Amino acid sequence: MRKFTYLVPKTLDEAISLHEARGERAKYIAGGTDVLVKIKEGKLAPDYLISLKHILSQDRPFLNNETGELYVGAFMTHRSIEKSPLVQLHYPILHDAVKNIGSVQIRNVATIGGNLVNAVPSADGAIPLIALDGKAHIYSAKGERTMELLRFFLGPGQCDLGRGEILTEVVIPPQRPRTGSAYMKHGRREAMELPMLGVGVLLSLEEDLNTCAQARICLGVAAPTPFRALMAEKFLVGKAINAENLAEAGRIAGDESRVRDSIRGVAWYRREMVGVLVKRMGLKALERAENKAEGGRLTV
Amino acid sequence: MAREVSFVFNGNPMKMTVGDHWTLLHLIREELGYLGTKEGCGSGECGACTVIVDGEAVNSCLFLAAEIDGRELLTIEGLAVGDGTLHPLQKAFIENGGIQCGFCSPGMIMAGKALLDENPNATEEEIKEAIAGNLCRCTGYVQIIESIKSVSGHQTEEPRVIAWKTEENDRDA
Ligand SMILES: Cc1cc2nc3c(=O)[nH]c(=O)nc-3n(C[C@H](O)[C@H](O)[C@H](O)COP(=O)(O)OP(=O)(O)OC[C@H]3O[C@@H](n4cnc5c(N)ncnc54)[C@H](O)[C@@H]3O)c2cc1C
Ligand code: FES
Ligand code: FES
Repeated sequence: MRKFTYLVPKTLDEAISLHEARGERAKYIAGGTDVLVKIKEGKLAPDYLISLKHILSQDRPFLNNETGELYVGAFMTHRSIEKSPLVQLHYPILHDAVKNIGSVQIRNVATIGGNLVNAVPSADGAIPLIALDGKAHIYSAKGERTMELLRFFLGPGQCDLGRGEILTEVVIPPQRPRTGSAYMKHGRREAMELPMLGVGVLLSLEEDLNTCAQARICLGVAAPTPFRALMAEKFLVGKAINAENLAEAGRIAGDESRVRDSIRGVAWYRREMVGVLVKRMGLKALERAENKAEGGRLTV
Repeated sequence: MAREVSFVFNGNPMKMTVGDHWTLLHLIREELGYLGTKEGCGSGECGACTVIVDGEAVNSCLFLAAEIDGRELLTIEGLAVGDGTLHPLQKAFIENGGIQCGFCSPGMIMAGKALLDENPNATEEEIKEAIAGNLCRCTGYVQIIESIKSVSGHQTEEPRVIAWKTEENDRDA
């Protein structure tokens, strides 16, 4: 591999000042599953790699019991999120997504932050965190700023990070009661493939366990950035959650998509599949909401 | 740039100087001279370079050697015991035809070992998931899955060897 100097700061401030002093010649690295591949391919040629892996932070998602917020640290590996009982039980949409990223070997080192900062339209980690109304926390020499994760993505491979800024975590607000969620990546095979389409649906139900109180329909690879099908979401609110209404929501979401022909799939097929999968994930979300309806407020 | 790292290599404490840009795979093959770990794609796709770091399977082609500092590294050479007795997984691969050309085998076995160390009763589904990142051009995977399954405590079907003995008995009859 091309030569570089590897720097290992222990704090955010140290990382930022190391980056500032080296400017364009420096690149952050977390799990390295993207950066190292690009260096090997000659697409990146940094003189300095600044590791974010030794900055002290939590190593698994945790719930703030006072506020009910879930903290997903940017430096957490996909594997530690996948294995979190808290995520498995209460944030199944996130579990669905991370457990199918790459392979076990990749998930053991690749981080959720690296996945988001890459900002590829197919980033599996982005869809569930957007559906969960996640907020991105970003740190720089000027201090911390936060933004809706949805707005973090500007275009293919482009996110709202200034030079030297570090994504530190995604914070998820408390979920409404009677919420269920599901994600599916659609491709030719389950493992080791970037999705042709990523579909996440989150539904919160009224007390009757049937009427939709709130809906999130989030799509990956259906537009240049991960996006929410707002019209489809709006259609569902106040309606009964059943196969018919979910199919209609899927059709609307398909119309909202800006799918393209690409080597992984043609546009018309992708649009059709948005419809099919929004319905399928909606039914799964409904089932999950019903299953844990009596679970009450979560404390872990 | 280079730096000094200390780590445990197949049970032996080591101290050495590594280049910042070295991958763990380079360290193992080119510097330490252990050739069991293979390089297939060099980009995380094939799993031939799988080793175990602190109990977790990783692709050594995408892992910086500098990151091995303070950790425990296990490669395929660390599985057999001193007198050459093979690890049960290695035996299982031989007995079940899990090895043909052998190029994928070290990676497959290390991925299987990381799984069984964590979950000794892994099911077929869990085995498939654990080796989803390992490519094999020869076996068609069935024998590899059988090999790992035969060592896992989770055996729903009759162990293979009994079925085989029955066949032999039939032939004798
Ligand atoms: C074989 C293989 C299979 C893959 N499969 C999938 C898949 O199924 N789905 C999927 O979505 N992706 C997949 N990927 C892509 C990639 O592994 C993931 O996106 C991964 O999560 C990237 O994380 P990382 O920590 O390895 O990133 P790195 O390579 O360390 O970093 C990626 C980029 O983000 C920057 N960065 C990292 N963390 C931060 C931070 N906290 N703040 C600011 N900048 C940061 C780095 O400078 C770099 O530009 C795959 C990759 C490989 C090699
Ligand atoms: S050589 Fe490392 S995954 Fe192929
Ligand atoms: S035995 Fe030849 S690649 Fe698997």
